Amino acid sequence: MSVANDQNSKLPGAWDIPLEDIDVSDPLLFQTQQHFEYFERLRKEDPVHYCKDSEFGAYWSVTKFNDIVAVDTNHKAFSSDKTINIGDADPDFEVPMFIAMDQPKHDIQRKAVTPAVAPINLAKLEAIIRTRVCTILDSLPVGESFDWVDKVSIELTTQMLATLFDFPWEDRRKLTRWSDVATASPDEVRPDGTIVVDEQRRAELIECLEYFMNLWSSRSENYDGTDFISLLATNPDTREMSQDPMHFLGNLILLIVGGNDTTRNSISGGVLALNQNPAEYDKLRANPDIIPNMVSEIIRWVTPLGHMRRTALEDVELGGKQIKKGDRVVMWYISGNRDEDVIENANQFLIDRDKARHHVSFGFGIHRCMGNRVAEMQLKILWEEIMKRFEKVEVIGEPERMHSNFVMGITEMQVMLHPLK
Amino acid sequence: MPSVTYIENNGSEHKVEVAVGLSLMEGAVNNLVPGIDADCGGACACATCHIYVDPEWQSKTGNKTDMEVTMLDFAEAAEETSRLACQIKVTEDLDGLVVRLPIAQF
Repeated sequence: MSVANDQNSKLPGAWDIPLEDIDVSDPLLFQTQQHFEYFERLRKEDPVHYCKDSEFGAYWSVTKFNDIVAVDTNHKAFSSDKTINIGDADPDFEVPMFIAMDQPKHDIQRKAVTPAVAPINLAKLEAIIRTRVCTILDSLPVGESFDWVDKVSIELTTQMLATLFDFPWEDRRKLTRWSDVATASPDEVRPDGTIVVDEQRRAELIECLEYFMNLWSSRSENYDGTDFISLLATNPDTREMSQDPMHFLGNLILLIVGGNDTTRNSISGGVLALNQNPAEYDKLRANPDIIPNMVSEIIRWVTPLGHMRRTALEDVELGGKQIKKGDRVVMWYISGNRDEDVIENANQFLIDRDKARHHVSFGFGIHRCMGNRVAEMQLKILWEEIMKRFEKVEVIGEPERMHSNFVMGITEMQVMLHPLK
Repeated sequence: MPSVTYIENNGSEHKVEVAVGLSLMEGAVNNLVPGIDADCGGACACATCHIYVDPEWQSKTGNKTDMEVTMLDFAEAAEETSRLACQIKVTEDLDGLVVRLPIAQF
């Protein structure tokens, strides 16, 4: 089934169709931002909801905060093996990655790369990130509109990713492209008008693999770098990984997407949220010390990854429903973050929110976002430097949104900068 | 109420009183002790309330569950004495307890 990829073609209202016909997997729902009312209905009327038929097959939707935590931390009943997306893995192009593995394999591989993004390593990177943020901000045009996504969100996260991989600097936009290709919906029309078909996707990802194979071979011996590739290539538990190329590619995709699409959209989404909530922008101008708290609120508000999927390994009861062994179980983080039973005024963007860190955007349990501190640090530095320079980053017109049920993405957002008076 | 001392990684001490039945995580958060993030709110699901408990107190703080062991496995600078503060309930026996905080929560 293919859906029209047009932001203007809306789907029926959430309350206009029978409960059992609700299918929240349709990427168009997210592109048109109608998903919020669909999830509001599910949280109220059927918080653990079964969709018997969709483009991706039958699946359960878990929509409440505490149910999401319960599934996310029950690794014995809910498996991540093969895929963490609502759609099944492509059987003709299997790319094993540790986010889509269970214990103990997951643990070994995750631990090998974690030091790159752990706080002690990040403290060493803080100064360099700040310098880069300043360079990016100081190069922006003032008094004319430009695309914030391209010039700031993509540029900053791509630079960060290039650092974490110790990737050749001049080629860094390859990382952006590989990330976009890896997450593109099958029928998605990209901003440049191209459609990423499976054949092209595979070809580009193989190019990614070949590029990294060269980096790997130069770092596998006597190299003491703390970048992802050096860590994998020198760790006794993972140093054979390059002999299983698809396995290596899978983990590359994971690290590239994890570090790219997510923070990119929190950067764009934060600017948009402040524009839509001028009183919050006033609070920020009055008290920039609120930035660390605001960063958590932005990450909740945007929920860069809308869902994670598990597969039931046994029959389980959840919210009074009988989930059967083998069923797809989708935790909708984008919904849990708007659950009024856990988060007060969940549908309001409040930068001085109490317990702002209490959100599900990073997931919980063993698969919890490994890069959460890098993400927070980038956003914190960016906003500190923005506030030293600009009275307002003004959004002009409507942003373009991504056709995806996974990446809650903004693909283009025109802004105009207003320098401090 | 039992008193508990939290020592930050920089050496700052915070001696606070914590009601019996609350967790050490709640004791820190309610008394604004810095250095405990408690992102998951006490569900043993994020490892951002990582603390170190001196060996002499371990018989009174109880044992780690499998889940706690698993979550600590991914925490930075975890040691044998590492615990998640949300998993230790305060009892009268813990009066005078001293716990240390890691350099950062992760």
